[in-house]
Amino acid sequence: MTERNDRPSDDQGRPDRAPRKSARKPARRTPAQKTNGTARIIPAAEFKVDPPAANGAVPAARSNGHHPAPLPPAVPDGPGDIWDERVAKGLAFLRRRLAGDYEVDEFGFDPELTDKVFLPILRLLYRDWFRTEVFGVENLPADGPALVVGNHSGTVALDALMLATALNDRTPNQRHLRLLGADLVFRMPIVSELARKSGGTVACNPDAERLLRAGELVGVFPEGFKGVGKQYAQRYKLQRFGRGGFVSAALRTGTPIVPAAIVGAEEIYPMLADIKPLARLLGLPYFPVTPTFPWLGPLGMVPLPSKWLIEFSTPIPTAHLQDQADDPLVVFNLADQVRETIQQTLHTLLERRPDPFGR
Amino acid sequence: MRSRPTGSVVVTGVSRFLGAHVAARLAGDDRIDRVVGLDPNAPPPEFAHLLDGVEQVRGDAGSASSVIADLEAEAVVHLALITAPDQRHGGRAAMKEQNVIGTMQLLAACQQAPRLRKLVMRSSTAAYGASFRDPAVFTEDTEPREVPRGGFARDILDIEGYVRGFRRRRSDVTATVLRFAPFIGFNADTTLTRYFARPVVPTVLGRDPRLQFLHIEDALEIVHRSVVDDHGGTFNVAGAGVLSLSQAIRRAGRIPVPVLEPGLSAASNLVRNLGRSGYGLDQVDLFVHGRVVDTTKLVREFDYTPRSTADSFDDFVDGHRGGAVLRRDQLAVAERAILDGIRQARATVQENS
Repeated sequence: MTERNDRPSDDQGRPDRAPRKSARKPARRTPAQKTNGTARIIPAAEFKVDPPAANGAVPAARSNGHHPAPLPPAVPDGPGDIWDERVAKGLAFLRRRLAGDYEVDEFGFDPELTDKVFLPILRLLYRDWFRTEVFGVENLPADGPALVVGNHSGTVALDALMLATALNDRTPNQRHLRLLGADLVFRMPIVSELARKSGGTVACNPDAERLLRAGELVGVFPEGFKGVGKQYAQRYKLQRFGRGGFVSAALRTGTPIVPAAIVGAEEIYPMLADIKPLARLLGLPYFPVTPTFPWLGPLGMVPLPSKWLIEFSTPIPTAHLQDQADDPLVVFNLADQVRETIQQTLHTLLERRPDPFGR
Repeated sequence: MRSRPTGSVVVTGVSRFLGAHVAARLAGDDRIDRVVGLDPNAPPPEFAHLLDGVEQVRGDAGSASSVIADLEAEAVVHLALITAPDQRHGGRAAMKEQNVIGTMQLLAACQQAPRLRKLVMRSSTAAYGASFRDPAVFTEDTEPREVPRGGFARDILDIEGYVRGFRRRRSDVTATVLRFAPFIGFNADTTLTRYFARPVVPTVLGRDPRLQFLHIEDALEIVHRSVVDDHGGTFNVAGAGVLSLSQAIRRAGRIPVPVLEPGLSAASNLVRNLGRSGYGLDQVDLFVHGRVVDTTKLVREFDYTPRSTADSFDDFVDGHRGGAVLRRDQLAVAERAILDGIRQARATVQENS
């Protein structure tokens, strides 16, 4: 599956990636060579030689995370009008925001803000920091609903955001993943509004079913805090899946379930210990101690640059079970099936990524 | 949906905007023989002309039983609810007295009225309470998860409880409960419209609730249809779509001032103690949690689609242009000026280089 997936995006990614990489690399090497006075020529020579070599080794790692289309050209030479256009677009965007000329759906989702502000920021993390590779995008429906069920990890739920970014990046019509979040998220000021504006809502059956009926892609992490808040020693061991509420939401709406395995999030904030009294005091589910937090203060909040792999597995159809949504046996069996699929995919992905911080 | 001429209709709360307008509309309908307005207060002059065709009876809900019995009323429209305490008229105590005790007395009177066929109750989407675990969109069968802090919302929960009891005892009466979203419109005057009419609008820091509005004309239409047709049940009545609070403030050209929530609650208490009305915990709850309802049931049953929230709000904005600080045309002019400035600067830089 990997091979087949890698190819097309590799070809697309090549034109804009190659110059970017080679433009960066020589810049780092030149200081050593500068002394001989030909510094200006050497990078140019490398520019020609480097890409084929880079294409052989690096693209396999870099290709998938790349977003081919909207990347601006590295050098703003060309006709100066592109900048004029950008300034005009930016100002028009600001004017629309200030005048309230945008639409918000009933969940509070603001597509314009998400596309123009949130996703570009997340894409930087997704592409350049975590070097995310995505497999099995063809398992997501091009349009129509699906329930995307992922494994949760990483102390801070960046995996949910990266999954949403991956989905937007890799689906042909740039679909948005509507995330279901714990009520703690919606208790916190500011965070709650960011969650709503980026398409999230409270994890409850009425909301999940409403979104699925509207044909949305809904993202859910049934492990919840048990998953994000587990310690590093427990990495890539799926936790319990709760009551399986997500399964009954899928069953009631006849929506396929797409298991998603996410590798990489476990290493971003490796939780070595959990100071429970402090967590209780602050009303949090856990208070993490990582190699960098809280020792380095705000710097400890920078996620470690692990290598991420995301794989979507074959959808599990539920339409034929629609009338059995209240049967606990059916629900638990289906939840188990999803859990097993994710756990197995995690193992195969981990074999493919021997070094958590490799390229 | 059978519709036959109705004898006499009793409307409570005709000294207020909604009651006066509903009574006037019903009085203008040939299918209704007689409209009687029941209110302890005389209507203010601005509504007096509306009530020409309406017989008025001075009296509170305690006198309702005699009025309803004397008139052999066939329909009762209960609109006399107070949404915010008014210090000049007894504050919260009087508000609760009228909302809760008044409704109890009225329903007791209705229960004993043999010819009564229809009961139309004003309620509010505040009936869903306010909790962080709430689903994003309330349908009529969503149960409130937490008892709300605001007095009006608590009254609404009590009132709906009494209606449930009434329905059990008088299953022959068609009871319609209308859960209205906050009213808005060109000249509507409510706590919320006064709030949006200020040039500088306080909001809760870090919260941008989703709001829905109902155009006051649509509210009148729905009440009217509930009286002349049969639509038993509980209905959410709101304009489709959603505006976030920040978006609404921007569309109205006002300036938001985010305040920490404890500060806002304290300020609302202070304002209340100073004898100014409005801005209670009901508002704080709304501005923290927001409130969006599903109106599918209403549209299906009444075959009527109220104006959308955005359109209703635009109508309000049209009526309050004067107070706008940041107008749309000013923003467009500023955009133009900045763009031209940047173009000129770039042109100069390019010439010089």
